[in-house]
Amino acid sequence: MPRIRVVIAKPGLDGHDRGAKVIARALRDAGMEVIYTGLRQTPEQIVSAALQEDADVIGLSILSGAHNHICPRVMELLKAQGLNDVLVLVGGIIPDVDIPKLREMGISGVFLPGSPMQDIIDYINAHVRSRVV
Amino acid sequence: MGRDPDHPLSLGEVGKCGVSIVSLADMERLFEGISLADITTSMTINSPAAMIFALYLAVAERQGADWRKLSGTLQNDILKEYIAQKEYIYPPRPSMRLVTDTFGFCAREVPRWNTISVSGYHIREAGATAVQELAFTLRDGIEYVQFGIDAGLDVDDFAPRISFFFNAHNDFFEEIAKYRAARVLWADVMRDRFHAKDERSWKLRFHTQTAGVSLTAQQPYNNVVRTAIQALAAVLGGTNSLHTNSLDEALALPTAETATLALRTQQIIACESGVTATVDPLGGSDFVEALTRDMIAGARAYFDTIDRMGGMVPAVEAGYPQREIAESSYRFQQSVERREKVIVGVNDDVATDEPPLPILYIDDRAADEQFAALEQLRQTRDASAVTRALDGIRRAAAGTDNLMYPLIDAARAYATVGEMCDALRDVWGEYEEVPAI
Repeated sequence: MPRIRVVIAKPGLDGHDRGAKVIARALRDAGMEVIYTGLRQTPEQIVSAALQEDADVIGLSILSGAHNHICPRVMELLKAQGLNDVLVLVGGIIPDVDIPKLREMGISGVFLPGSPMQDIIDYINAHVRSRVV
Repeated sequence: MGRDPDHPLSLGEVGKCGVSIVSLADMERLFEGISLADITTSMTINSPAAMIFALYLAVAERQGADWRKLSGTLQNDILKEYIAQKEYIYPPRPSMRLVTDTFGFCAREVPRWNTISVSGYHIREAGATAVQELAFTLRDGIEYVQFGIDAGLDVDDFAPRISFFFNAHNDFFEEIAKYRAARVLWADVMRDRFHAKDERSWKLRFHTQTAGVSLTAQQPYNNVVRTAIQALAAVLGGTNSLHTNSLDEALALPTAETATLALRTQQIIACESGVTATVDPLGGSDFVEALTRDMIAGARAYFDTIDRMGGMVPAVEAGYPQREIAESSYRFQQSVERREKVIVGVNDDVATDEPPLPILYIDDRAADEQFAALEQLRQTRDASAVTRALDGIRRAAAGTDNLMYPLIDAARAYATVGEMCDALRDVWGEYEEVPAI
């Protein structure tokens, strides 16, 4: 079975990468192919990475409060590239009041502080598109 | 990190995590009605610290305040940015020069200023253990002193103004031992390694912040208890100043109410508990002294390893502290998921139906205001004065003159922080890390 390909990205100026790196390693240990983009990514760079890496999943780590700007931009670019079945997840600091808007724009999973790594692994396994080999 | 509000990377970030300061105009507004000669200011800023400090000094000048009377602290600790917080701009060596230029400038012009707050807080928040926090912070301190000496400064001229900043985490006695170990280690380093003669150079003065990373989104009122215990450890450990986090730390920036409760936490410890009446009250406890000795030994082992690498700058360039921290943070998360480590309310005593907590919500008003202000600034300032000042920064950067002087000139001309930082980007380039997972 082909490995699930995940791009973990840090958009914007937020340098807090502890969570992103721990999750990247957990997903790798769970048998997924993980590409960590590193810091200071623009939405354009993230979508370009997802395209180049043929990603099944994009995980955005945002703790800076910039999610209401970054997320719509990423979703818009994914749509423009025809990448409509990529699973997009967001982790970090997201006020409850913003979560419905994120869901509406196509972000399926929002993982807040305290989310177990296993929950994220299970979610991806349950919701990722199936690849035709 | 030295980006103006209209830079593409600033999208959605303006005014979200602090006050947006773009130029002298913003700094003047911020301190309107506040006499800089009569107060102290702590500025939590790092890669553009010299630029922000230049703005502050320009405000002081406008107020007619004597720079020799100014007191406060600049965090200005770039090494921990590469290690933990990741808000760097330039590569390590030119960044160290910006720091030692502030040392030299303040020794001459602003002698009451604490030029650096060598930080362990962020290193710990990134996932380091207590020993790693202690070791990497002090080894960073050693690096700054060495670079200052290599830049031609006399150690006793700048070492007394070095200060430190530690985390106050959950393990009560371990934290107290950590602060005690820090004082012993630093005094030894300053006396024996650097031969400082002035007693003030040997003294480790430190600020502490309670551990933000230990606070939970679940059952946030529990965080008041965590913060109180952590604050007590810092006080018993001898901290000189203290920040206590608010209960909504894991959710948002604090509300006025939660910030007030955090302040009351300190005030109750300070005024009601009696613990501040005795210096080092846990000294002499077999247990705490043993923990302290272990911490000292653990830190010294790390000093040796990093010394063998040629110092902290080479160690950072090789990704060494970053890898150590990545490893510690993964092991911590595993221990939580295996319930070897209990976090009340998260993996134990979980509540199913929690009422929502009102939080502070920051909208985009600051961004809109700053875009307009930036437009206005560009139209009203003397463009050729700005160009000349930015050229002055580039010339100094390519040579050896102290950068604070051209930065202050640029501040006076209403250059933006982004423009000042870009001038240095032109000479030094930008740093890109190789991530260690």
